[in-house]
Amino acid sequence: MSENPGAPVLELPASENSVERRMVLNMGPQHPATHGVLRLVVEIEGEIIVSLRPEIGYLHTGIEKTCEAKFYQQVVPLTDRINYLDPLSNNLCYCLAVEKLLGLEIPERAQWIRVLFTELSRLNSHLIWLGTHAMDIGALTVFLYTFREREEILRIFEAVAGQRMMTSYFRIGGLAMEPPLDLFDRIQAFINTFPEKIDEYSNLLTGNPIFINRLKGTGYLSAADAIAFGVTGPPLRASGVDIDLRRDMPYSSYEKFQFKVPTSTVGDNWARYEVRLVEMRESTKIIQQALDGMPGGPVKADAPKIVLPDREKMKTQMEALIHHFKIVTEGFDVPAGEVYQAIECGHGQMGYHIVSDGTAKPYRVHMRYPSFATLQALETMVKGGLIADLVAVIGSIDIVLGEIDR
Amino acid sequence: MTSETKTLSGRQAVLEGMPDHPALKAILAWNADALTDANFAYGELTLTIDPEAIRAACSALQAAGYNFFEDMTAIDWFPTSPRFQLSYHILSHKLLDRIRLRVMLGEADPTVDSITPVWPGANFFEREVFDLFGIRFDEHPDLRRIMMPDDWKGHPLRKDYPVEGYR
Repeated sequence: MSENPGAPVLELPASENSVERRMVLNMGPQHPATHGVLRLVVEIEGEIIVSLRPEIGYLHTGIEKTCEAKFYQQVVPLTDRINYLDPLSNNLCYCLAVEKLLGLEIPERAQWIRVLFTELSRLNSHLIWLGTHAMDIGALTVFLYTFREREEILRIFEAVAGQRMMTSYFRIGGLAMEPPLDLFDRIQAFINTFPEKIDEYSNLLTGNPIFINRLKGTGYLSAADAIAFGVTGPPLRASGVDIDLRRDMPYSSYEKFQFKVPTSTVGDNWARYEVRLVEMRESTKIIQQALDGMPGGPVKADAPKIVLPDREKMKTQMEALIHHFKIVTEGFDVPAGEVYQAIECGHGQMGYHIVSDGTAKPYRVHMRYPSFATLQALETMVKGGLIADLVAVIGSIDIVLGEIDR
Repeated sequence: MTSETKTLSGRQAVLEGMPDHPALKAILAWNADALTDANFAYGELTLTIDPEAIRAACSALQAAGYNFFEDMTAIDWFPTSPRFQLSYHILSHKLLDRIRLRVMLGEADPTVDSITPVWPGANFFEREVFDLFGIRFDEHPDLRRIMMPDDWKGHPLRKDYPVEGYR
């Protein structure tokens, strides 16, 4: 840890014509280090950043508007596409919000499997962050290592949902289906070796002098600034604010799991790196607990008018067939009301705000995504620093443009 | 999901039902007249605030420990009147409690004070509402379109804007 929590802010050369020497540099939207289509308008004086303005919207697809034209159950696949690196957290947050409106009780097994897969999804998100972040800084090897583990997570997703990235595995009222028989063994095998893999990444990076020099003391964000800008998740915890919704406002039976919430008071890029690395280890522990204590029982709520029936029942029972037909063609009515459900996803705090007018289609769905808020703090983090550090900071706050533009 | 089944609707019912709620106490101590309506449903407290007073209400809540601005958005109730509803979600890290502030705005020239002086993080959220709903925020530092191109016509999330757009 560095002695001085504040980043060494470089002094601007004091001269009368310094404003004239300023230059506006356009970075992106096609730039390999912006993790998508982020455009930054950077004003620089020599190598020093004077101001920065993010221009977003290049990936705006109007998902919120599309949701208003779909049945409640048809929105689930749309949510995957928002944060495509952490698909199951999207599913979970949306389903929890609708279930809150419906007053549905979710079977314990479904809740535990949700925790299990959300944590795998978090690992997926953190692995991509680590690989791309290190790659931006020049440590290319780590990228190949993290994608090796990510591949196994994606294969697990494929085994359970039939899709590698756009899982849509959580449905309103539970899960799409019971996971295959050998899947838990497969996850166990993955978890058994994963802590060693984290050590491997750590060996490649934690002692790497270039990596250390690029991250320590750069991209400083104070706790007060983080709160003011609405920063959440690992960047907030790395600035010394100890809040994690999984522990503090538990949902989906997270209260039954023991895990530590890593924090740091330093607030620089290095602190964010360390916090996320420990978070991966803690996620592994949560997955282990979920595997050890996995309760039995159904994976869908007993609500025939909301949850699709099993295929087997559909072929043998008339009521099941009618319900299936009704749900697919007409949807189901959700009581009028307004709810907000927040969860802790890989990037931070995600929130779904759903307003129902009592029909089968949501009246309004609004998503609060962590990267959208975190991006506002970027200028504070890089101002007065070198332009070369900007790339390190973008990697360190871990943004996904899909969730910023929606 | 939630075991919270209690529902309180109306200002009077909420004031009587949860007199010890810190957010409610803070609002009443600040300006009881600005609280025009309240309800409690799904375990979430909603306070309807006079549009003129939203920024001061946010300051009062911030002082009462509701330190974190989470989210804000608009809802278009076209064709009913008042047409627009703004929903602010504010979290307290200390109390681990979330409240929703609601502001109702009329159709003609919907304008409200920006809360960016209280929480700078509301900047992008207000720009998004400006862009997609056409609601203006007074004293916002940078009120420009954020998602749509600058020369876009109309506000896509309004209910009278077709889902497929104008083609």
